[in-house]
Amino acid sequence: MRYKLGEKKGMRVAYGETLVKLGKELPNLVVLDADLSGSTKTAMFAKAFPDRFFNVGIAEQNMMGMAAGLAITGKIVFASSFAMFATGRAWEQIRNSIAYPNLNVKIVATHSGITVGEDGATHQMTEDIAIMRCIPNMRVISPTDYYETKSVIEWCAKNEGPVYVRMPRRDTETVFSSEEEAKFQFGKGRILEDGSDLTIVATGEMVPEAIKALELLKEDGIEAQLISMATIKPIDEDLIVNSTNDLIVSIEDHNIVGGLGSAIGEIIADHGLKKRLLRIGVRDVFGISGSATDLLRYYGLDGESIYRRILEEIKNK
Amino acid sequence: MSNISPIRNTDIEELERIAKRIRYNIVKMIGLAKSGHPGGSLSATDIIVALYYKIMNHDPKNPNKKDRDIFVLSKGHACPALYAVLAELGYFDKEELWRLRKVGALLQGHPSISIPGVEASTGSLGQGFSVAVGIALGCRLDKLNNWVYVLLGDGECQEGQVWEAAMAAYHYKLDNLIGFVDRNRLQIDGCTEDVMSLGDLKEKFRAFGWDVFEIDGHNFKEIIDTVNRAKSLKNGKPKMIIANTVKGKGVSFMEGNVGFHGKAPNEEQLERALKELS
Ligand SMILES: Cc1ncc(C[n+]2csc(CCOP(=O)(O)OP(=O)(O)O)c2C)c(N)n1
Repeated sequence: MRYKLGEKKGMRVAYGETLVKLGKELPNLVVLDADLSGSTKTAMFAKAFPDRFFNVGIAEQNMMGMAAGLAITGKIVFASSFAMFATGRAWEQIRNSIAYPNLNVKIVATHSGITVGEDGATHQMTEDIAIMRCIPNMRVISPTDYYETKSVIEWCAKNEGPVYVRMPRRDTETVFSSEEEAKFQFGKGRILEDGSDLTIVATGEMVPEAIKALELLKEDGIEAQLISMATIKPIDEDLIVNSTNDLIVSIEDHNIVGGLGSAIGEIIADHGLKKRLLRIGVRDVFGISGSATDLLRYYGLDGESIYRRILEEIKNK
Repeated sequence: MSNISPIRNTDIEELERIAKRIRYNIVKMIGLAKSGHPGGSLSATDIIVALYYKIMNHDPKNPNKKDRDIFVLSKGHACPALYAVLAELGYFDKEELWRLRKVGALLQGHPSISIPGVEASTGSLGQGFSVAVGIALGCRLDKLNNWVYVLLGDGECQEGQVWEAAMAAYHYKLDNLIGFVDRNRLQIDGCTEDVMSLGDLKEKFRAFGWDVFEIDGHNFKEIIDTVNRAKSLKNGKPKMIIANTVKGKGVSFMEGNVGFHGKAPNEEQLERALKELS
């Protein structure tokens, strides 16, 4: 195992910290939020740079439009809310006002997936990857851990054009041990472990769970290759095409319709690869209330459940 | 900052001549494209002509100059009027007008930022207003002394996003933002008051904290005087000008005719319309 799980740290905290750091470097960086700045951590930027922070109130559609306008005047714009409202409520504003004119707006959302927990289905966004990755010009990133988030946000600020970044609410185990080690390479998946029995492709907060599953598989003598896919669009096709394993398992805290698994399925179909794909994720249902830990188990997304599901798949082959 | 000198009668006559030519080109380009929105383009023509020929500080040879005034056509379907003006002023080759809406043409069915002189991609109603608010805020951050103009349809004001944007412009004290509502009282399915009552738009914007004016949107003197008045009020409030207009203005059989909202004239109608505008 090349990487060891570390203590739990919030990706959204990394977002807030990095915004403050970038705010010092980049005088034309501005941040918008829609009454969730405490949760998204843009409040950290607001405190450091009150003149460049704009709380637009509970008005996500207008936030995306204003973000577009600010980008037209040459600003680097970060716009944040929960994944549900940022991408769901304001989808068409993102498409028409931001992505079509290819403007320099970074939509950075927190509270993705079912691990939002107790708030339940109305707040558990399990369709955001699907609805963002189908928009031309839009790039979609789901960082792996606290350290990689820092690098992702820095990349966003320093590269032109629209990006969507999704992060969970809960703190998750670090996968990398420093920012240098976590240095983000846009459009490249990362092989965290080699293995010749199957390939696991996980994204975002599912990477630590995938690592736990991989360790359990190892105890059974099953060697899995593990890829962390932080960039979901444009996805790293070569990694999938060049993988020599027949079984590919995708893992995401997102609907299996339209997300990471679907993106990998598209590569398999496009290249006519002879591979089996097991999509692990939310199986086209809505979320429910519960603690994040209980929900991961309920939806089969914790390391143990993933391990058992993969074993079953291998046995049934 | 652009300083508007008092208007003379000769100026107004000149603007009226220009507006007639622009209307001719609007109808011709929609006729040739066999699709487009003549009604709302013709009702907005005089406002757009006044802005580009008399009011705004802009330079077709240097369309990106930093301190230019910026116009956002939030009712994007009226772009034939904007395109005709931009072409006439030299932002792009006038011949482009006759290729409107064709595959590979510069001029898209709704405004795209890829077209020289077009400041924002619009067409989805409600969105351009927010973009204009963002631009006004950005200009304020850059400490520019320019003006940002935005033109809304009255039907467009049924969009919730319009009121989110109105709230924000007030909140951020954007007195560099001057809006127009093209109050032609028609939308697609009929009269605005039958489809979804707008009621007293003046009072609505006033309640959102805006300075509000009401004018005849086909009277150049009123348009220009009112913009001057709005500009002189540096009181931290955004300005909205409710411009009473006639949909289809300038072509007798299109005036007040909801049927010409989004329908091109046929050959015979085109000929008649162009004769009226010659
Ligand atoms: C969000 C959105 N919904 C619907 C339409 C379709 N549409 C185009 S024009 C129009 C009517 C607009 O009425 P108004 O704003 O009064 O414009 P005008 O009458 O001045 O042309 C509609 C519904 C659209 N372009 N955008």
